[in-house]
Amino acid sequence: MSVTQPPVNVPEIRRLDPVLEPGHTYASVTDKIAAVVLTRPLGIGWLAGFTLTFSLVMLLFGSLAWLIVKGVGIWGINIPIGWGFAIVNFVWWIGIGHAGTLISAILFLLNQKWRTSINRFAEAMTLFAVACAGIFPLIHTGRPWMAYYMMPYPSTMGVWPQFRSPLIWDVFAVSTYGTVSLMFWFIGLLPDLATLRDRAKNRFQQLIYGALAMGWRGSAHHWHRYQSAYLLLAGLATPLVLSVHTVVSFDFAVAIVPGWHTTIFPPYFVAGAIYSGFAMVLTLAIPLRKAYGLQDFITMRHLDNMAKVMLATGLIVAYGYFVEFFMAFYSGNKFDVFLAQQRLHGPYAHYYYALILCNILTPQLLWFEKVRRNVAALFVMSLVINTGMWLERFVIVVISLTRDFVPSAWGRYQPTFWDFSTFIGTLGLFVMLIFLFVRGLPAIAISEMRELVAHESHSGGDHK
Amino acid sequence: MAQIFHRSANFLASFSLLGAVVLGGLALTGVLVVARSPYVTNERLSRNQPIQFSHKHHVGDEGIDCRYCHTSVESSAYAGIPPTKTCMNCHSVLFNNVGYLEPVRESYRTDQSIQWVKVHRLADYVYFNHSIHINKGIGCSSCHGSINQMPLVFQASPLTMSWCLDCHRNPQPNLRPKDQVFNMDWKAPADQEEAGKKLAADYKLRTTVELTSCSTCHR
Repeated sequence: MSVTQPPVNVPEIRRLDPVLEPGHTYASVTDKIAAVVLTRPLGIGWLAGFTLTFSLVMLLFGSLAWLIVKGVGIWGINIPIGWGFAIVNFVWWIGIGHAGTLISAILFLLNQKWRTSINRFAEAMTLFAVACAGIFPLIHTGRPWMAYYMMPYPSTMGVWPQFRSPLIWDVFAVSTYGTVSLMFWFIGLLPDLATLRDRAKNRFQQLIYGALAMGWRGSAHHWHRYQSAYLLLAGLATPLVLSVHTVVSFDFAVAIVPGWHTTIFPPYFVAGAIYSGFAMVLTLAIPLRKAYGLQDFITMRHLDNMAKVMLATGLIVAYGYFVEFFMAFYSGNKFDVFLAQQRLHGPYAHYYYALILCNILTPQLLWFEKVRRNVAALFVMSLVINTGMWLERFVIVVISLTRDFVPSAWGRYQPTFWDFSTFIGTLGLFVMLIFLFVRGLPAIAISEMRELVAHESHSGGDHK
Repeated sequence: MAQIFHRSANFLASFSLLGAVVLGGLALTGVLVVARSPYVTNERLSRNQPIQFSHKHHVGDEGIDCRYCHTSVESSAYAGIPPTKTCMNCHSVLFNNVGYLEPVRESYRTDQSIQWVKVHRLADYVYFNHSIHINKGIGCSSCHGSINQMPLVFQASPLTMSWCLDCHRNPQPNLRPKDQVFNMDWKAPADQEEAGKKLAADYKLRTTVELTSCSTCHR
């Protein structure tokens, strides 16, 4: 923020890419971002994408309706594998959300300028991912209409939920996470909603954006309170980045099942969450900047930085896999050793090798700057990592449950059509919400981009 | 530029925040109150029976023991609904040509049971056993109320799980000596605190942990 910083034009220091391409003014930034929402006609691409994802949402509703009619028996789960796709998908989705919170809260507190143009849609991604994640534990209960039993309220049963169970901790962790993320997102949107209200082309838009802007006039009082509120929420959201996936990992780590009962789970789950989350941000950012010509705002600097975060968190995850193996053999516990061997040689070994390929080997390409600056390669990489993280949860849930302590309690897990249709349905829901979001709200924070314009012009083109 | 919203929108906006909290709180309170009310619990709801059988007359006025009709209450999960033969023990002689009792005689002639309407309905997932309660000194009236005062039987207790647990967590105030179990007018004596402890020991009552374990009632 400081305007007294000396320019870093020394030739031997390699200049980074800018976080905002030069030549932009307050007006050009506002025009460009607001136009996506207000004036741009619906293109064939948007309509086709929306239609496709909308039909996937119908598939999701159909699957859920059939589930409610028939019960969880339509899935591939059966004792001993009580946790199938529902838990795999829950952990995967909730992990994806974490990048949004990290970008918006932690990078904000660390004063990282490059968060500015990606935080808005990363937060939207968080909300939509949490929405998708929330569906799974709900339907996994088998009787989703009784899910309120998990909330502590003075019931006529005279009992409270089992507070010693990590599954109840999940209820609090995820609902807190969803609430704080929504608040944070909405507070950040206020000045932009007011911009859209002022630029609205018709009465309908004026009313909708006007009501949502809650009387924002841009006075000094408003900005003062806005900034305090934003900072406070960033402080509130920061511990959530670490706590939510820690609690999710307790679902496994607190159980005594071999392969689950390890202390490495919380940190390695959090790293995995951020890993998959950044991959998902890239999956969304790359088509978004292309479709709406936002390369000036989401620059190579952003893509490069996100690739580096993926590389770093990917290495933590790789370390986690290594420690799991090491501890299994170091502890000498025969069940842990057996499980480690089952991962390599068991009936689900090919999932494990695919996981290593997707999560550990492929991302090593990110060491090369050439790869980090190749947009197509990054896009493919982000899809590979998302697949890898999904496989990780599959390996954790399924291999441990199919190879319990007693051979008589071993089993196999085969997902059914309904497992896949529900999962694909939530993918459709997620992307459909993103489609609606980019046309209904500014996908990049206009007010923060204006600040960036001011900063860039004052600091004489120094891209710190 | 013209204002989009009228000035009053400012008030409405801040009032709606308060309103959401108050209305939400009221709605939640309402749901919790209704869940405890007779609308949901069926408490104090008299039901029409095929014959308006009066427990007040038979138990209160005539003094017939519960077990004369509910024969299996001491030995089985179900107290037992008497067969028509039990009615006819007396009514083959008493009021044997009163029109009011024709359905009883018809049942006896045709060997078709009288279709009594169940008053105390527990959820299907509750395993309830009458005999253990009787044998551990819980009297009929502790749950069923003053049956000897009821012309038509109604449910005197809410039968909610929290009501069950009230006693399972602290049974002493309701423990009676064996000979008082079928006494409809039993009141806890002044020394019930002491007596309850002693009775709990005599009956070898399980610990609270065991009495409130899930699988004690949900098997």
